[in-house]
Amino acid sequence: MEQPAVNDQSRVKPKTERTMAKPHVMEEWVGRVFTTLCIVVLVVTIAAIVYFVASRGLATFITNGVSLSGLLSGLKWDPEGEIPLYGALPFIFGSFSTSLLAAVIAAPLGCCAAVFMTQIMPGLGKRVLQPVIELLAGIPSVVFGFVGLSIVVPFLRSVFPGQGIGIAAGSIVLSFMILPTITTIATDALSNLPRGLKEGSFALGATRWQTIYRLVIPTTLPALLTGVVLGMSRAFGEALAVQMVIGNAPHIPHSLFESASTLTSVITLDMGNTVMGSAHNNALWSLALILLAMTFVFVFVVRFLERRNNR
Amino acid sequence: MKKALFIVVALMLTIGLAACGSNNGGNGNTTNNGTTNTGNATNAGGNNAGGDAALSGSILASGSTALQPLVDQVSKKFMEDSKYSGITVQVQGGGSGTGLTQVEAGQANIGNSDIFAEEKFVDADADKAKELVDHQVAVVAMAAVVNKSVTVDNLTKAQLVDIFTGKVTNWKEVGGEDEKITIINRPSSSGTRKTFEKYALGTASQDIAGSIQEDASGTVKKYVTDTPGAIGYLALSYLDDTVKTVKYEGVEPKEENIVAGTYPIWAYEHMYTKGEPDAVTKAFLDYMVSDEVQNADVVELGYIPVGKMQVKRDAAGNITK
Repeated sequence: MEQPAVNDQSRVKPKTERTMAKPHVMEEWVGRVFTTLCIVVLVVTIAAIVYFVASRGLATFITNGVSLSGLLSGLKWDPEGEIPLYGALPFIFGSFSTSLLAAVIAAPLGCCAAVFMTQIMPGLGKRVLQPVIELLAGIPSVVFGFVGLSIVVPFLRSVFPGQGIGIAAGSIVLSFMILPTITTIATDALSNLPRGLKEGSFALGATRWQTIYRLVIPTTLPALLTGVVLGMSRAFGEALAVQMVIGNAPHIPHSLFESASTLTSVITLDMGNTVMGSAHNNALWSLALILLAMTFVFVFVVRFLERRNNR
Repeated sequence: MKKALFIVVALMLTIGLAACGSNNGGNGNTTNNGTTNTGNATNAGGNNAGGDAALSGSILASGSTALQPLVDQVSKKFMEDSKYSGITVQVQGGGSGTGLTQVEAGQANIGNSDIFAEEKFVDADADKAKELVDHQVAVVAMAAVVNKSVTVDNLTKAQLVDIFTGKVTNWKEVGGEDEKITIINRPSSSGTRKTFEKYALGTASQDIAGSIQEDASGTVKKYVTDTPGAIGYLALSYLDDTVKTVKYEGVEPKEENIVAGTYPIWAYEHMYTKGEPDAVTKAFLDYMVSDEVQNADVVELGYIPVGKMQVKRDAAGNITK
């Protein structure tokens, strides 16, 4: 009696599966087409931006006859002069020094905050501290710039010689802007650490500090560095806040408290005032191309670190 | 499957890119033509009905951030006016260069600029300026301002040139106290800087090491207010008692001196159209120079009505009475 019943069911089952399967096939295809479209839109956008920036940026070298080495190593930027000069080294120097210095300030702060939030007071950290730090990420850059202009610059002016503006002011403002990036990534990395590792360390009689600096930090180092590099790339691309406090003189400064400029600050200052297609405008696009190339470098560094992290 | 996907992506990419390439030129033109057509068509109808009341269409004015507050305020008043209820005006910033580029390319109906198009379109682009029609809507004057710590209250042209080219670096050399001069300049492409260089200095200023460059007048003012020994220049509408205004060659930057032509640091605010404006754009430009706007909004926002000027100036800087 049982056998035929089972047979019956098994004969019926494939039939129902087939009728049920049709909508699933449709679902599969709708999903596939939709997600493919999304990725195509993204890829096309990115390709279009790269193409646009590159076509404008390369015009400086092709139609305006500026040499690449002249742009990268020239010390004098005077595009509106009688003999236009396009030396972008002061900007490249400014961008690198501000973002490096910002990372140097923000990395220890961010990583230590992450250690506190995950290892020392995980409850308070998850519920209160992390949202507060992430709040920083939502503050518009013009607010950072204005706070820098009203607090950081006058403070530096009163403590150090000079006018308070410069690489130091720019880095301090930037370090606060990239702090959430570094902290968030560091927190994620630290909380994803397998429990067993820490428990093993405790079982061997290590104290909490020994566990943190002998085990937790070395194990998560590539992930922490990923956060720092991502933060640096954000600092590298930030324009408005830096522009407001750095001074924007197109020279390599002699101290941290002397007017300097970055790639982004000169682009934002001049882009709107120049007409499309003029040599000055093309030169600004070349600077944007340098920025874009640097972003790619940062992305590759992050990928490299991630691969090391996974090993 | 992977290969197929790759081919699809690559195909769509090429199509997308091709579309992007041709769009650059075509996009703006279509919008412009569209607007022009609506304007003309409705206007024809309006004429038959015997009035301007039926004007409808949209206007995009983009460019100079110095002129933007005025155009913005006037455009709101304009749209509230029942006579022009069919017209919408959009105002965008972006800078004088952007405004001129967009109006020249047909992407905007009006390009706002702080300086003559002839000064922006140079060398290979010089022909582009000829296609544009200038509408001067206001006059903006500038004054050299210093930090309150500075005791100097008059500077000659020669002294200003010395300061802005880095020959003089201490206030005591121009009759002030022993204090270092900090220059708050504008970026080299700025229309405000060009005006100041042309009419106050008569020569280009230098980007001296240690000088500060800011584009926004608010930021410039804040730096002049906060930095001891600072000098900068601001449009008259930004002046108040947080900064000290300096006389130029003994002439005070006041409206009567500017109107009479004795104070030279001023410039027109321009609204450029490509060729003669269509009916809709013309209605707005006419409204802009009407007494209703010139004697109210223009004065209120710190500009000088263009009709008040007793002297005229052309693109080369020649002044006629």
